[in-house]
Amino acid sequence: MTNIVERSVTNLSAIPKEEYLYKCTSACAGCSSSLCLRYVLKAAGPDTVLVVPACCTSVIQGIYPGTAMNVPVYNVAFAAAAACASGMSEAFSAMGRETNVIAYAGDGGTVDIGIQALSGAFERGTNFLYICYDNEAYGNTGMQRSGSTPLGARTTTTPGGKPTAKKDLDRIIAAHNPPYMATACSAYPLDLYKKVKKALSIEGPKFIHILAPCPPGWRYPTEKTVEMGKLAVKTGTWILYEREFGKLSISGPSRAAMKRPAPLEDYIRGQGRFKNLDPATLDLMRQQVRQNIERIAREEEGVC
Amino acid sequence: MLTIATGNKAVADAVKAAKPGVIAAYPITPQTEIVEQIAEYVTAGDLESRYVPVESEHSAMAACIGASVAGVRTFTATSSHGLLYMHEMVHWAAGARLPIVMANVNRALGPGWNTWAEHTDAFSQRDTGWLQVFVGTVQEAYDATLMAFKIAEDERVLLPMMVNLDGFALSHITQSLDTVEIGDFLPPYHLPHAIDTENPCGYGPMTGPADYFRFRWDIERSMRDARGVIAEVEREFAERFGRSYGPTEDYRCEDADVIVVAMGTLGKEAEVAIDRLRDEGIKAGSMRLRWFRPFPDLDLAGRDVVVIDRDYSFGFGGVVAHAIRSKTGIEPYSVIAGLGGQEVTYNDIADFVRNRRPGTETWFGVSDHV
Repeated sequence: MTNIVERSVTNLSAIPKEEYLYKCTSACAGCSSSLCLRYVLKAAGPDTVLVVPACCTSVIQGIYPGTAMNVPVYNVAFAAAAACASGMSEAFSAMGRETNVIAYAGDGGTVDIGIQALSGAFERGTNFLYICYDNEAYGNTGMQRSGSTPLGARTTTTPGGKPTAKKDLDRIIAAHNPPYMATACSAYPLDLYKKVKKALSIEGPKFIHILAPCPPGWRYPTEKTVEMGKLAVKTGTWILYEREFGKLSISGPSRAAMKRPAPLEDYIRGQGRFKNLDPATLDLMRQQVRQNIERIAREEEGVC
Repeated sequence: MLTIATGNKAVADAVKAAKPGVIAAYPITPQTEIVEQIAEYVTAGDLESRYVPVESEHSAMAACIGASVAGVRTFTATSSHGLLYMHEMVHWAAGARLPIVMANVNRALGPGWNTWAEHTDAFSQRDTGWLQVFVGTVQEAYDATLMAFKIAEDERVLLPMMVNLDGFALSHITQSLDTVEIGDFLPPYHLPHAIDTENPCGYGPMTGPADYFRFRWDIERSMRDARGVIAEVEREFAERFGRSYGPTEDYRCEDADVIVVAMGTLGKEAEVAIDRLRDEGIKAGSMRLRWFRPFPDLDLAGRDVVVIDRDYSFGFGGVVAHAIRSKTGIEPYSVIAGLGGQEVTYNDIADFVRNRRPGTETWFGVSDHV
């Protein structure tokens, strides 16, 4: 089944035309997370429920009684997405229904306030897909730092730049040994589409971590959203991979980038949040990127 | 079937009879026996529920919310700090109009750590939109839990409901229990706004002031309608199973000059005190308050009222005393007693009546009249 999907969807024109996220969203101009949501839902199809904690998607879907969504969306409190999805998944299973349950949460709701519920749901083996779309700060409330904000980034609560590194969410998830986990980026929708398809074909807790550049938060022009995502991958700052039943495989766009990463400056130069980085911090960031590339490469080779 | 059981076992047996689709559970003393007993029933195949062993009470209520809106009957149990930890989701469940049933085994709050009976945990959820009933016996714990599903799931109500029983004083004591064959007493679970992927809707999206305000009014309207539904269900229960319940349990109140109002096990203890006082020629009665939300209308006119609060609202007063005062205009003698499991005997309650000073407050064993 998985192989058929992979063979048949080789370009964007093969993605279904049906829309589950309409054009009337309340997203900011240049929002990449709404692009991601569009492809996630195209992959999941109509028999899907989204569970959304407080995050940008709370806003993007629109204001009652209107909605931009064409699947049921269950909005729930900030810390509760994975637990709510757990109950929903169990209930559908009890009723003999195979409805997809997808928790769609931002980085704050995942790596900070929601991590306990997320860990619990994965440990229990909940049959659902948890997607974290990561814009590396509390975007919905005006760009305060989250645990997912990278080193050096200026946010409204780290006006001098964040002094500590981004929390490595993926290693935390990996420690739960889920049957499927992957990273993705809004600039590679076909890759995201295929990963969602594959995730939903597997029983158990699945996880996808999407890097979702944010023009107002990262302070770059709205038309550069796709370019910013590509630069994150090309510089090796963000690595696309899948881990199926513990076996890691690096995805196409990152395979090339990891061999010859573009200079980190290409990625950070265009972002206001990294303005006036001191050389020591920049050096530390370079080291972190290099170490991460080496670690992922070693894992794929099976030497760690 | 006539048997004996603890308060916790009685709740678990009622849940078994109600057959929820999903039960989310997290342990906390003195509630733990409820979820342990249910786990036994599920493991033994006596109850075909999905048992979700969540990692916190916040997640317990979140899981119940997800399951309830997906379209199955749900149950959880908690106590004290657990109830407070799930507070955010307690509000959410009511706002989402989900008929989740929860047993709360009333227990004091730290610090210091204290696992004994007190009502502050439940009262701290007073304004959440949950129906709350307080029981006084093992039998009533069973009966009230069964009725809770029927009341909460009624389309005129569609609000969650909390069944409160005193920690240890009821949860761990053994009394006789008559379990019933419920037959069709509980109709199949039907939630009009259950998730339907063929008719996709947004649940709880951003909502402007005008609509939000209307939704709040709708909760209150249902809370008012719940009074009639509760009376109907209690009447049907009496007809089917022979045990009657009402907003209060009145004991020798008809000709009473002074009435003791208390909740939970202290309300039952008061009945013994009343007999003693009657033997002395004091025309006393007891009114055990069962329903806290919706709060019932009480007929106390022309009598002295002694209110025993196993709770306190700091900077204000006893929660029940205040409710009686605001509902009836009567200035009660407010006794604060039993906090943190303090022992209060029928002799003590009789003393409250003998030494009553309406319009004042006393902290039993701690302060004089203030």
